[in-house]
Amino acid sequence: MRENAVLEMRNICKSFPGVKALQNVDFTLCEGEVHALMGENGAGKSTLIKVLTGVYTKDSGQVYIKGSDKAVNIKSPQDAQKSGISTVYQEITLCPNLTVAENIYIGREKGMLLNWKKRNAEAEKVLSSLGINVKPTQQLASCSIAVQQMVAIARAVDMECKVLILDEPTSSLDESEVAKLFTLMRQLKARGVGIIFVTHFLDQVYEICDKITVLRDGTLVGEYEISELPRVQLVSKMLGKELDDMSDIKGDSTASIDMESAPVFEGEGLVSDQGIKPFDFHIRKGEVNGFTGLLGSGRSECVRTIFGADRILGGKVKMNGKSVKITKPIDAMKNGIAYLSEDRKRDGIVGDLSVRENIILALQVKKGFFKPFTKAQANKFAEEYIKLLDIKTASANTPIKSLSGGNQQKVLIARWLLTHPEYLILDEPTRGIDVGTKIDIQKLVLKLASEGMSVTFISSETDEMLRTCSRLVVMRDGKVVGELSGEDLTQNKIMSTIAGGEE
Amino acid sequence: MSFLSKTRNKFRGITDTNLLTSITIVVFVVMYLCAVIFLGEGFLKAQTFFNMLNANAALIILSCGMSLVMITGGIDISVGGVTALVSMCCAVFLDHHGGNVFGSILIALGIGLAFGLVQGYLVAYLDIQPFIVTLAGMFFARGMTTIVNTNPFNVANEEFVALKDTRIVIPGMGWYNKAGKYVDAYIEIGVIVALIVVAIMFFALKWTKSGRNFYAVGGNQQSALMLGVNVKRTKFVSHVICGLLAGIGGFVYFMHVGSGAASHASGAEMNAIASSIIGGTMLTGGVGNIIGTLFGVMSLALIQNIVSSVGLDEAWWTGITIAAMLCLFLVIQSIVISRKKNQKAEEAMEASAPTATEEKENGDKKSD
Repeated sequence: MRENAVLEMRNICKSFPGVKALQNVDFTLCEGEVHALMGENGAGKSTLIKVLTGVYTKDSGQVYIKGSDKAVNIKSPQDAQKSGISTVYQEITLCPNLTVAENIYIGREKGMLLNWKKRNAEAEKVLSSLGINVKPTQQLASCSIAVQQMVAIARAVDMECKVLILDEPTSSLDESEVAKLFTLMRQLKARGVGIIFVTHFLDQVYEICDKITVLRDGTLVGEYEISELPRVQLVSKMLGKELDDMSDIKGDSTASIDMESAPVFEGEGLVSDQGIKPFDFHIRKGEVNGFTGLLGSGRSECVRTIFGADRILGGKVKMNGKSVKITKPIDAMKNGIAYLSEDRKRDGIVGDLSVRENIILALQVKKGFFKPFTKAQANKFAEEYIKLLDIKTASANTPIKSLSGGNQQKVLIARWLLTHPEYLILDEPTRGIDVGTKIDIQKLVLKLASEGMSVTFISSETDEMLRTCSRLVVMRDGKVVGELSGEDLTQNKIMSTIAGGEE
Repeated sequence: MSFLSKTRNKFRGITDTNLLTSITIVVFVVMYLCAVIFLGEGFLKAQTFFNMLNANAALIILSCGMSLVMITGGIDISVGGVTALVSMCCAVFLDHHGGNVFGSILIALGIGLAFGLVQGYLVAYLDIQPFIVTLAGMFFARGMTTIVNTNPFNVANEEFVALKDTRIVIPGMGWYNKAGKYVDAYIEIGVIVALIVVAIMFFALKWTKSGRNFYAVGGNQQSALMLGVNVKRTKFVSHVICGLLAGIGGFVYFMHVGSGAASHASGAEMNAIASSIIGGTMLTGGVGNIIGTLFGVMSLALIQNIVSSVGLDEAWWTGITIAAMLCLFLVIQSIVISRKKNQKAEEAMEASAPTATEEKENGDKKSD
């Protein structure tokens, strides 16, 4: 092992039916270092992490951990915990029905009996030492997602781990929470913990990390000191090609807007039961607009209202000048609206079905379940869109759950494109996916708009919205507080509108 | 205002399990008070209450096992069949093979344990749906009962009859009958067994570390795995304990009725599920409390008592009342849970308000 290394992985191989997910990957983590693991979707980051945490069993290769000369064999998450490897996943892997304190301690203590008082007191100590403001006796389900994430980290910290894996922990946190997390990471670093940090936010990588390991297509590209690898090079290493200038994406996106005819969608006083104030909204043919605001400001709730996904309490809707009634998603679909939801795990993909079945699902619903497509038809659709969107899958028959996040997202987009919607709503389509696919999706949005489709695009990354949207609706506390277009579309302007206050 | 928010916080701090248990206990007490006020006399007598315990001791034990499995996120519908099988085997052993009581207890435990081990193995390690596994278990147990002995009969073994008729007198709770003679209040041995089971199960689920694993697995199996809980073993153990309790419950049932018959305890599994649900255990797993289950069983018994003392034809009126009660409880549960969720959403909105002002300040600084 290298000097002061806490973890060394050598020649790790892992393959799934039809895919070589990892080929001879090496990875070394030193004491007190924050090491970013970067790569596109499908590069093998998640697989490498899952091999390390015992969720997957590796096909070959060795894992060494400080303190033992022999290679350790990690067969289950318990083994990983015992070897001093703790993981905080992007999705919360805690039990919602238990209290905060129990979630910190369960599954890793010896002894029989449980002293609630002592446990709560200990939990309180851990939580307050990390500056997490939550009562240990509270049921986890009653905490916000961000707090749940912090609790997961508190658990990992308390385990005195040597290696801490943070798998996209920041994707559901807002800025101040991210700052808090970084403070925490620096504390741990000072204690000599090695941290593996997986994220898609380049800013965060350059803010906190010491080293970067880049993977691409299941192979190791290289390990770099952060100071030696400028951002542009990192991206090009991840993509395996020189990056075309991102700012070039935006052509003249207003050109395709059809100002003559009635708006494709026009809503007045729309309101649902999810706590948003009534709002008006319209979108024209060929327009790309967006909703922006802080996390929880009601962006998603607005588009869910448009699509009829929540219980609609009121409002008038006109499509192409004619009034229509949209109270359920099927109404919206019949009127040519398509909605790609924020949470692709919960509302979107059907994990056990194949890519093909997932693609034709929405069209099938629209057509009616009693008139199934023939296999040949379904195959034709699937093949066409797999090619069109460049979906990386072994075949159309592969279960969608074995695809990487970005490719799942593409399948979902294909699903909705297949229904040939007039109006496409994409709610956070780029969350948790790699830079390359992000750009693909942004380009696709602009292309669709130029072909006459109206698109609503929501993203928590403002610069992404600035690149794609020609008009932004700004939300605060469930209320529409402003609309920006043309020259007003700048970071500063958006920030000040979100913040409110008179100029 | 501050009082309001305080109570609200209190309401939020309480876990789903405790909340649902409290509701059950309150509903039981209110029903009992209503029965005392409107139906009077009979319900004032302590023996009425003890009789409910005597008649339902076995169901309490079965329901404890059922709750455990349900908390872990599974279900076990074989417990009624196991009860019948245990009764029949013990009866045949005592009367036809000249066995003794100790031996029959071992048989009861053995049968229960065997069912628990096999079903637990199939569910936990071969990953088969618990409903299907225990459905097969139920058919198997009922079938075996008939094979062991087709005709129902009463057990005459003296040692056993003595045990069956043992009455534990509760001093000071008796009453004077019409002739003016003092009659002692009593409970059967089965009630003691049931209460011990309740106490042990309650303690184990609340104050042992492995007890909390059942909740973790029921709450979110995948998470529990990631947290280092041995999910398979936990599921396995839940079924083994449930099987064992079905054996114990079966023997207590046998002690109460004193006979073997293939039709014994028919529908007991459904009563156990109903009791668990009324007691605040959620079918989806992760939430439940054994004390709640005890009150669930007692609520069922109370309904039966009320229905029969009002003079309605017991069998189907009981069924209808229990159905209504189940619906009521399920509705209460879902309302309570969803109200809690809504409050959380509201508070998240409130919490985001100050963030916006902070942002504003930052924005102002930038423009400076």
